[in-house]
Parts: sequence; C-alpha cells; structure tokens
Amino acid sequence: MSSLTGTFNPVMNRRSVIAGVAGLGATSILAGCSDSASEGGSGASDGAAFKIGAIGPLTGAAASYGNSVCNGVELGCKDFSTDEFPLTSKAEDDVADGEKSVNAFNSLADWGMQALVGPTTTGASIAVAEVANSDPKVFMMTPSASSPDVTANKTCVFQACFNDPNQGENAAVKLAEMFPDEKFVVFYNSGDPYSAGIRDAFVAKAAELKLEVVDEESFKDDSQTSFTNQLTKAKDAGATMIFAPIYYTPASVLLTNANEMGYEVKMMGCDGMDGILGVEGFDTSLAEGLFLMTPFSADEEKNADFVNAYKAAYDEVPDQFAADAYDAVHAIVMAMQEAGLAIDADPAEIAEKLPAAVTSIKVEGLTGTLTWNDKGEVEKDPMVYVIQDGKYVAA
Amino acid sequence: MPQFLKNKKTRHDFVTYGLVILAFIVVSFMQANHMIPRMIAGQLVPICAYIVMAISLNLVVGVAGDLSLGHAGFMSVGAYTGIVAAMSLAEAVPNDGIRLVIALLVGAASAALAGFIIGIPVLRLSGDYLAIVTLAFGEIIKEVVTCLIVGVDERGIHALFNLTGKLTVDDLGLTETGFAIIKGAQGAAGTETISSFFAGFLLVMVALVVVLNLVRSRTGRAILAVRDNRIAAESVGISTTKYRMIAFVVSAALAGAAGALFGNSFSQLSATKFDFNMSILILVFVVLGGLGNMRGSIVAAAVLTILPEALRQFSDYRMLVYAIVLIIVMIATNNDTLKNLISRVLPKRTSLEEEVRADA
Repeated sequence: MSSLTGTFNPVMNRRSVIAGVAGLGATSILAGCSDSASEGGSGASDGAAFKIGAIGPLTGAAASYGNSVCNGVELGCKDFSTDEFPLTSKAEDDVADGEKSVNAFNSLADWGMQALVGPTTTGASIAVAEVANSDPKVFMMTPSASSPDVTANKTCVFQACFNDPNQGENAAVKLAEMFPDEKFVVFYNSGDPYSAGIRDAFVAKAAELKLEVVDEESFKDDSQTSFTNQLTKAKDAGATMIFAPIYYTPASVLLTNANEMGYEVKMMGCDGMDGILGVEGFDTSLAEGLFLMTPFSADEEKNADFVNAYKAAYDEVPDQFAADAYDAVHAIVMAMQEAGLAIDADPAEIAEKLPAAVTSIKVEGLTGTLTWNDKGEVEKDPMVYVIQDGKYVAA
Repeated sequence: MPQFLKNKKTRHDFVTYGLVILAFIVVSFMQANHMIPRMIAGQLVPICAYIVMAISLNLVVGVAGDLSLGHAGFMSVGAYTGIVAAMSLAEAVPNDGIRLVIALLVGAASAALAGFIIGIPVLRLSGDYLAIVTLAFGEIIKEVVTCLIVGVDERGIHALFNLTGKLTVDDLGLTETGFAIIKGAQGAAGTETISSFFAGFLLVMVALVVVLNLVRSRTGRAILAVRDNRIAAESVGISTTKYRMIAFVVSAALAGAAGALFGNSFSQLSATKFDFNMSILILVFVVLGGLGNMRGSIVAAAVLTILPEALRQFSDYRMLVYAIVLIIVMIATNNDTLKNLISRVLPKRTSLEEEVRADA
C-alpha cells in the first residue's frame, strides 16, 4: 500500500484536491437548501401555481430599476392570482450584467419558471433573450429593455415598453404637435444605448417633420456632474426648448445648471425622466413645467389602487418600471387564458403557443392600452405629462 | 512505465491533463443524462474561458513573477476581434465549429499583438510600477472599445473610432445587407452564440499544454531564473526583457483566445464587462489556486465561478457570503497550525508541498 501511495502521492496535488472537495461540498450543501429565496404571490405553498420569474439588478448601481421591476412582478402575481389560476413569482439578481443575467435565467429555469418577466436592463435582456429563444425555449417579456435588438429575430421574446426608435419617433411627433415653433436642442448621453437610440430616431424624425433642431449636446456617464458648458453652447445657438432623452439623475443636474445660469428654457424628457421628483437634494420646484413622455403616472385616478397597494407593500411610490412589469404579468395571465393553456403547462409549450395569444390580446393596463405586433414590440399610445405643483398632469 | 514518464515533472503534467480530460468526460456524461442543473450547464463555457484566463495569468504572475492587473484588457481585445471575425465570416464559413476556431485564432493573434506592443514599454518596469501601468492599460482598452463602431457588409469590414461621441451606426455607411457588430457603448449586441463546451475543453487543453511545456523548456527555465533573481540571471547572459516578454505575449495570446470563446458564448457583450474587477477576479483565481500552480488555478477558477451562483439563496447577502468564503479559504490554506496538523496526519505532506509547486 505504501509503495502504491508512494508512486501516486507525489503527483497528487493535495491542496487543490482538498480545496476542490471543500468547495464542491459547500456548493452541494447550499444547493440543497435553495427553496428560501424571495418567492411571492399566492399559491406558493401548495406547489400548483403558475411560476413567473423576474430578473433585474437588485444590487449595484442600477438597483432601483431592478427592485421596481421585481416588486411590480410580485405585486402583479398577487393581484392577478385567482383560485383557478394561482401565480407565484421569484426574483433573481443580475447586477445589470449579461453573464450574470443568463445565470439568473438558468437558475430560474431550474426552479421551474414557466414565463419570464425581465430582465430589466437592455444589455442583460439581449443576452438572456438569445438563451430564452434557443431550445428549450422559455417565454420572455421584458418590462423595460428598450433596444430593438432584444426582440429581433426571436419568436418568444416580447417587450412591454416602447423600444428606443419608437420612443424617439413618438417624441418628435408629439413635439411637432405641441411646440412646432420652438428651437430645439437635443441633450443625450452618448455612452448610453437607451439615450443614443432615442436621439438617433428623434433626429431623423424631426428632420422629416421639419422641427428646427439648432444644436445637439452630448455627455458621458463620467461627465454628468455639470452641463454648464453644453448649456452655454445651446443658449448661444438660440435654443428655446431642450429635448433630453436621459435618466432623471443627470436631468436634475441639467435643470439645476440651467436655473443657475438664468437660462429660461422648456424641457421635455422621456420615460427615463420619471423619478426626477424623488432625486435627493434636488429642488423639485425647478421641475415645474417639465414635460415627460412616460407611459405611467402615479398621480392618475385610474392607477390609484395599484399605487396604494404598492405603497403599502414597499413603502415607496411606484415608477414606470414597476407599472410596466405589472402590466407584463397582466398580459401573460391574459394570454395564458386566451391560449387555453393549463397552469402546469410545460415552459416549451408555453413558449410555442403564447406568442400567438399575446399578439391577439388587448390589455387595459396601467401604462395604457397595450397590444403587440408579431415582432414582439408593444403598441400603445404615447402619453405626455407636465409637472405642475409636484404632480404629473396630462399635457 | 514508459521512459518519459519516469520524470516526475512529466508525470505530474500528464496527471494534470488526465484530470482535465476526466473532468470533461464526467461533466459531458452528466450533461447528456440531464444530471446537471441548468444553472451550471449554462456556465460551462464561461468556466472554460475563466480557466484559460487563470492559466494564462498564472504564467505571468506565478511563473514570470510580474504582477499584471490588466489581464481583462487582453481578454477584451480577444473577445471583440473574435466576435468580429466570427460574425463577418458567417456566410463564408457556415460551419460553426470551424468559424469558432478561426475566431479563437484571430482573438489570440490580436491579443498577442496588443501584448507585444504594450509589453515593450511596460516590461521595462517591475513590481508595483508594472502593476499600476498594466492596470491603466486595462482601463485604456476598455475606453477604446467603448468608442468603437464596427459593421460588416459585402464590401468588407467598416470601423469607426467614435472619439467625439457623436457618430452612430448610420455613419458606417453600410449597405442594405450589412449589419453592425460593435455599437460603441452598447458593445456587441445580437451576435450569434457559437461557443461550445467541447471547444472550451479543447482550449483549456491547448492552454495547459502550451503553458506547461513552456515552463519545462529551456525558455521556461530562463523565465524562472529571471523571476527568482534578475541580477543573477542577467549575470549569466539571460536577457531578462526577452524572457519576460515571451511569458507576457504567450499569456496575452491565451487570454485573447479565452476572450474570443467568452465573447462568442453571449449574444451581448459590453466593454465595461472587462473592467478592473474582472482583472482582479482572475488574479483571485490565480492567488487562491496557488502561484505557479496550474492545477490549482483550474480548480479555483471553476469553483469560484460557480460559487456566487450557488449562493443565490442568500439573495442580497450573497456577495458578502462570497467574500467571507474567500477569506476563509485564504486563511485556511495558509494556516501554519492547520498545515502542521495535516502534516502530522499525513507524513508525506512535506514532500507533497514541494511537488505542489512543481508546475513552476
């Protein structure tokens, strides 16, 4: 024996074997107790519920979007759950990263997910959509990823929000209706596909509609602390209205800068600007008169039930991410019934039959009346709100 | 026993190859029989890429003794050139496997070139200075890729360098049949996923064979000599820059191939993926696996890639738990009391300890 181990032992890397065994042991122990994650909705206890997965960045820089989406899904699963069609949901974190998102998707698939509402961010959604659309397929509806690449050439992938080109075109059409005589400056984040995507479509459509765009200013993520330079240039160019398809944090800086330099200018933003009234340290009176093209307003009468339920559950005012996610759950439930699929249907069967059902339904949701075309893109009326007395008022 | 296996080191290497092949066979068998959860099955290709990254960084950090903190930069170069190669050859080479091999070669070649160009100034430095400069280089590559817009049509590949941030895909002037591959800050999106676990396994084997044979060769002994005592090595006529450069370029080439494998396994890849954190992650694999210990790197890369996913049920606390696990492993593997205890239980331990470092 000793001679045997003697010849074998010198080539055994004991340390790595020990480490490997320890690691594998740890993972298997952990894998054994993996039922405790954040499951919500009703019917989870008896096991016979329709399983909806949600993916979004629950930690990291984009966590607020991911949490909104996952909360929206959880609340949707609670509200649309019936005795005949109970729903349960599970949320996974992807830190807004494609690789992590695919992992999250696969672990939800292991959980038995029948339909996915997510991922939240565009890059992660493109990566996951490819996996969801390859065998075995899983039906996916992203509430907030707005690039056309997400749905392109995929049969079982849908969007519940406008894609970027649509949003840019809609914005140009709305501005041409409401402010045909203003001189526009476009402010966008060239490092952000969402912002740049809207800008590209807006500029093209604005030229077609003969809107006068006198200037374009861009910035990047790492230079969004001051826009005084860009504003000075815009002012010199004679711009009287800013079109800013940017997120609310840089938008708050933009408004503050404009106010500091005494630049009287109108501004319109897109759905990314929803949330500007909640920016810490921002004087919200500066946002008075700000136009936003967003599908959802928490101040509207018809959304009051959802807003109150959301406030009660998560102690914050829901934003459009939560509303889109809620509508996505709504659409999936409606489409399941439309397609006549059973609650325990196989994910692959759902992915095959649900797309046809989704394109035939009409959802009266929080974000308007939603229908889908066969490319997986949503069709709903763009809505423009203006902020008055700290509330969104339809413009 | 054949003559060449009488050499302890050769035997050690062959056992390493054997273990990797065995692991591949076992995993493939389990996968074919649906014994692996989808969560792990989906990670097999990234794990292979990380293993190759760990092996290649170990060549620089462990074998050549140069601390490089910009390794993700080479992975990025390989990933994007590999993606462009794979996408632009989609029609010319319909076979996914051959296309992937071409992509890996292109990725390796461009990363090797980048490694050579960067190595010329960087390898004049050593120690902390080298670490800082490689770190900066990694960040530069990230910024450069963020500015790139690349598309392809039947006339060839079109590329733009978007320095002002005002150019878009439309400025490429692609024809109707053309399509964009890399879209600036958005990174590569909508790309085909052609990487397979088998290709990943082959790449791991190639990386192992290249690195282990390099280390055992005359060149490898020179690299080790430079690491152990630069002045002594120079005094006997070994060109320190040349041998460090060899290690650096080989390592960059392998990292590029790993990047191409990784890039072609996802439909979307943004440049920010290959940031400083990625470089550190790879360094953690190398350090935890043991400097100069290739087998350790492989195990560390595989375990530490799966670990954060396996910790998902801790939800918000999982990265905290992950960090604690790392610290415990670090303490446990370097604890003298623990080592003494093990050596008492296993008297062979001391001779093993030398053997463990046999890779380098």
